[in-house]
Amino acid sequence: MPALDYFRKERLPHIWCPGCGHGAITGALVRAIEKLRIDKNKVVIVSGIGCSSRAVGYLDFDTLHTAHGRALAYATGIKLSRPELHVIVMTGDGDCTAIGGNHFIHAARRNIGITTIIMNNEIYGMTSGQYSPMTPKGMLGTTAPYGNLERPFDLCKLAIASGATYVARGTAYHVPLTIDIIEKALLNPGFSVVEAISGCPTYFGRKNKIGGAVEMLDWIKDSTINVKAAAVLPPEKVAGKVLIGELHSAPEAEYAALYMELIGRVQRRYDDYIGEVRECASNSD
Amino acid sequence: MSEKRHFSHIIRENWCKGCNICVSYCPKKVLELRGGKVFAARWQDCIGCRMCELRCPDFAIEIHEREDQNEVTRDSASVDYALPPEANNA
Repeated sequence: MPALDYFRKERLPHIWCPGCGHGAITGALVRAIEKLRIDKNKVVIVSGIGCSSRAVGYLDFDTLHTAHGRALAYATGIKLSRPELHVIVMTGDGDCTAIGGNHFIHAARRNIGITTIIMNNEIYGMTSGQYSPMTPKGMLGTTAPYGNLERPFDLCKLAIASGATYVARGTAYHVPLTIDIIEKALLNPGFSVVEAISGCPTYFGRKNKIGGAVEMLDWIKDSTINVKAAAVLPPEKVAGKVLIGELHSAPEAEYAALYMELIGRVQRRYDDYIGEVRECASNSD
Repeated sequence: MSEKRHFSHIIRENWCKGCNICVSYCPKKVLELRGGKVFAARWQDCIGCRMCELRCPDFAIEIHEREDQNEVTRDSASVDYALPPEANNA
């Protein structure tokens, strides 16, 4: 795999559990970057805290491992100071929707040029399996031993409603699709959201008696349906399934570019003003 | 009918965690777990779909198309290093 050049090979094997979907999604991101032939030095990957956020430690780009839920805030700063860089945020479901929920909706509202990859394992994996805002209703977690009563977020709908300009959902099972949508998300100039469903066989799979790594991927396969297939299938076959594929694509003006344009405009006006002041001063002499 | 293409398997055993994903999703049942690590047991049957490579969470397996396309009888992927070399002559 030529994409292996993008890994810090001395750091591998990674610390994720056997069969964790995060590895496949990290691989999908790296393959997408390789396909687009983006220069290594033009990519910054930012992450928060959680299992998913360990990914940056294995990737050989400029990477930043930041405070819990605040990855998007740091990424916004990077994008505004260096708009020419590809800023990618790798975050988990808890990191993005619970702790960093506000950062997420406001980054989407601004339409700043960040590609956000949310590795959704439907549980807080690193801290032993508490239920997260993305745990499906009725599923078990260590803090929901009789089943989760709360309704989960539909993160893609949330992102579309908040104003993200590219929204898609992939999984750790449908890797070619995930590579494809990450590629399109990287090409979108505005805020792109890729929700990648990833299995947690250690906590989610074991607690819910789904099984090991393979059964977890089978469960992902059975509970998802491609949005193109869903459009032609009868509604009873689609009911209760999660849509995957490209859900929303409506490119709009990007925030960092608008901001740079504004700076240029204001600077020019200020320079003109200073020039006039100088002119007046020289005339009065 | 086109000629059969041959593929070689590169397996990084020290990265493999034996999660069984590649073994179960291989459409031609090429792979096997031996001693908790993946092993290309029937490598001649490989069709090069790369489903194992893409789904491997540990970047432990890689499929390369053989350049020479000649059928090989023995290469590093077909050697079971778990067996002592004397066992072949027993």
